[in-house]
Amino acid sequence: MEAAVFISSLVDCCALIFLSVYFIITLSDLECDYINARSCCSKLNKWVVPEMVAQALATVLMLVSMHWFVFLLNLPVASWDAYRYVKVPMGNMGVYDPTEIHNRGQLKSHMKEAMIKLGFHLLCFFIYLYSMILALIND
Amino acid sequence: MRAVLNHTSLLPVSSTTTGSASPVPNSYESLEGGSYSGTSLQSPPFGYNYPTMHPAYQQNPAPKPDPSPSHGGYNPPGYQPYSQPFPSLSELSSALGGLGGVSELEAETLRPVNLLQERNILPPKHTPPPEPNLSNDLRKVNCSPDTFRCTLTNIPQTQALLNKARLPLGLLLHPFRDLTQLPVITSNTIVRCRSCRTYINPFVSFLDQRRWKCNLCYRVNDVPDEFMYNPVTRSYGEPHKRPEVQNSTVEFIASSDYMLRPPQPALYLFLLDVSHNAVESGYLNVFCQSLLDNLEKLPGDTRTHIGFVTFDSTVHFYNLQEGLSQPQMLVVSDIDDVFIPTHDSLLVNLKESKELVKDLLNALPGMFTHTRETQSALGPALQAAYKLMSPTGGRVSVFQTQLPTLGAGLLQSREDPNLRSSTKNVQHLGPATDFYKKLALDCSGQQIGVDLFLLSSQYSDLASLACVSKYSAGSVFYYPSFHHIHNTAQRQKFQKDLQRYLTRKIGFEAVMRIRCTKGLSIHTFHGNFFVRSTDLLSLANVNPDSGFAVQMSIEESLADTSLACFQAALLYTSSKGKRRIRVHTLCLPVVSQLSEVFAGADIQAISCLLANMAIDRSISSSLSDARDALVNAVVDCLTAYRANGSNIQPSGLIAPAALRLFPLYVLALLKQKALRTGTSTRLDERVFSMCELKSQPLQQIMHMVHPDLYRIDNMTEQAALHLNDSVIPQPPLLQLTAEKLTREGAFLMDCGSVMYLWVGKCCNETFIRDVLGFPNYASLPSNMTEIPELQTTYSERTRAFISWLLESRTFHPAFHVVKDDASTKTSFFQHLVEDRTESAFSYYEFLLHVQQQMSK
Repeated sequence: MEAAVFISSLVDCCALIFLSVYFIITLSDLECDYINARSCCSKLNKWVVPEMVAQALATVLMLVSMHWFVFLLNLPVASWDAYRYVKVPMGNMGVYDPTEIHNRGQLKSHMKEAMIKLGFHLLCFFIYLYSMILALIND
Repeated sequence: MRAVLNHTSLLPVSSTTTGSASPVPNSYESLEGGSYSGTSLQSPPFGYNYPTMHPAYQQNPAPKPDPSPSHGGYNPPGYQPYSQPFPSLSELSSALGGLGGVSELEAETLRPVNLLQERNILPPKHTPPPEPNLSNDLRKVNCSPDTFRCTLTNIPQTQALLNKARLPLGLLLHPFRDLTQLPVITSNTIVRCRSCRTYINPFVSFLDQRRWKCNLCYRVNDVPDEFMYNPVTRSYGEPHKRPEVQNSTVEFIASSDYMLRPPQPALYLFLLDVSHNAVESGYLNVFCQSLLDNLEKLPGDTRTHIGFVTFDSTVHFYNLQEGLSQPQMLVVSDIDDVFIPTHDSLLVNLKESKELVKDLLNALPGMFTHTRETQSALGPALQAAYKLMSPTGGRVSVFQTQLPTLGAGLLQSREDPNLRSSTKNVQHLGPATDFYKKLALDCSGQQIGVDLFLLSSQYSDLASLACVSKYSAGSVFYYPSFHHIHNTAQRQKFQKDLQRYLTRKIGFEAVMRIRCTKGLSIHTFHGNFFVRSTDLLSLANVNPDSGFAVQMSIEESLADTSLACFQAALLYTSSKGKRRIRVHTLCLPVVSQLSEVFAGADIQAISCLLANMAIDRSISSSLSDARDALVNAVVDCLTAYRANGSNIQPSGLIAPAALRLFPLYVLALLKQKALRTGTSTRLDERVFSMCELKSQPLQQIMHMVHPDLYRIDNMTEQAALHLNDSVIPQPPLLQLTAEKLTREGAFLMDCGSVMYLWVGKCCNETFIRDVLGFPNYASLPSNMTEIPELQTTYSERTRAFISWLLESRTFHPAFHVVKDDASTKTSFFQHLVEDRTESAFSYYEFLLHVQQQMSK
């Protein structure tokens, strides 16, 4: 049972890692002028909700299987995702808005956010891997 | 390290502390909450603040703990009683402490001014913008400040130094301004730097005859052979004498490398609201007449196309094909999926179909007089316009008189009239839907610029509608309560604005790039355009009346350069189908001392940039945050100056002469319609004021924020200008307070888009008779909107003065003669920013407030 929980969180975490990398690549493409703001933002906005769902799934899995420490580790990121999604002003075209992305250093802050998430997901990946192996051994 | 979250600031918080301000609490209840009655101030006699305040102030405890003696008297050694300013320049230099080598000009701009004592803060004439401290030959070729202006004419060397000064660093541009003299370069090669693609400009250095060094990225480039020949002087071997290198504003004719497609012709589409409301207001008559008068003068050539689309609850197209005997109207009623009924002849060649166009314009006002349609399907009409124009691009002019209620992009009424004078947060400053933004981005991609004329009397959610112009590089015009009979002032303004709008120069499919010296980078843009990539601005249409602003930061230290340069290059297609590049280059010195940074501060540019930043902040965060941040900007800057300056602890609020108008301008900004609280402001007017502050050039903004007040009933020939045989009197500028008004005079207030002539009750009858044409005050009508042309000297003088004021103005202001008891009187008095109102400080109270904040 433990092993199953950790295997699914591991898979979930892999998906999140790939998503973070995709975000970083798209944002740096925009920085280097390989794509334009509209296509960049529509690509990224498409994956905002799946990312939020995946993160929420990981958090809930940890909650349900009563691994409190990992749950508390995942909770801030999940709530930050939700907050970011809800706080988008009505006139904006999603979390990533092509008219605002070049203003006020938003591109840099989005890049930083994606990097931090990548680091966090890598950390979680190793935690789940270790716990999964532990659970598999103990079974 | 202070608590960043508590300190609302528009500027980045510096990590270096040099005695900078301690955290300021976020709630400015005393500022917002109205009467400033919590202190020792009794409500002073109106306008006579200064004499009564000094004794009260003397009893206040010292603002800062002070090692020098004295508790009551403030007389540290060497310091004169504070009622006299610094007497001599040498004392000034010693007081400013270790400046060494400060020039006369700099000493003048750094002269400390005690704002609390200086009653006549406003200079009697407009001061020119500060001159950068460059050598004479560089100064001669430098870009005109009307085109390109920087907030700090001395650029700080490092970001740390900039943060110490607590002033924003930015540029204000007016790149497509109407110019009387513009060198046009027709050579085949346009010399540009190989790495950063900067255009050659007067500030490059020629290493020898064959190589030049770029002033923005320092790369050494080769001079091409064609460049060695100078067509102007017919000489060879002197590349530095060529016009590109002798002028900082040039226009190049662009070759086909600069075109993605053949240059487009001028295409004009007019989208007209013909609902019942629109017909009632009567704008159609004015528009059709104006367009008929100006049909010949529309910028363009033989390829100019024109089209019309009208809409109410359905969308109507007009077939204007050449062979038809009269225009044919085609109605599309499926507004959920608008389609274009015919493929051609909706946008027709103006020359060929001119008669049909004229017929249509004559018939249009009459066609809808009996309409009963009250709905407005603006969204579908815009979609139709987009489909019509996407193959080529062009300009769409939308005329709307109400809230769009049908189809895509329909809007709800979001304004609550009871909250108009709320001192709490003002809601709904941002768009309600992203429909208009998306449409604007689509249009921008297809090089379609959308201009919006809103002529409504009810709430029409301008916050959402304006997006369609903001991101497609269009302009927004607003005529609240427009009616062709009941509101003649608005009708005249609409007419005059249309005249300018239809005939002004226009550029199509434009892009603009702003480059800076290595080490500086641009991080925020303000204005109507779409930022396509890091420094590339996409402007579907460019017109001579819009201004832009950018904010910069210093990424690397500029210690090894002495000059910082900025170049704005605008690539556009002229209305005659020629591809051109207009290049402006500005050069400014780099300094390493904080005092020099203060000496070069351009206070008007700083105020405009702060206005832009405050508006951004009020939309993204809240209006009260933005207001707090504006006050903090003044507080921080003056604190930084005080911390950097001498160790003398005078009482009072000391500012350098360069910044002495800073609190006044910020107070004026806080009382603008865009940013004020506590006074009843309609949401649409507020949003329009914000749009204006973000898209107008600097001179217009300054007139709007701090209007010019003159007394004109006693103008003399003293110090008058003599131009072209007319004598133009030069009355002094007056401060914007009722103290300066008197019942015996007549005063002219120039607010940019509107002018008020206030006539006092006891104004002398010669003036009323000779200038206004009425025998006495009582007979003056209450809605007079122009000065009659009478043959008296007084009248000629007054009219000469007013036309001199309007000389370089592109949009003529509406004119109101204000009697003592008219409805325009409120608007007139609202512009007197130095006075106290129920919800805002007077100038003196504001200074005391700033001082109080500084001492925390």
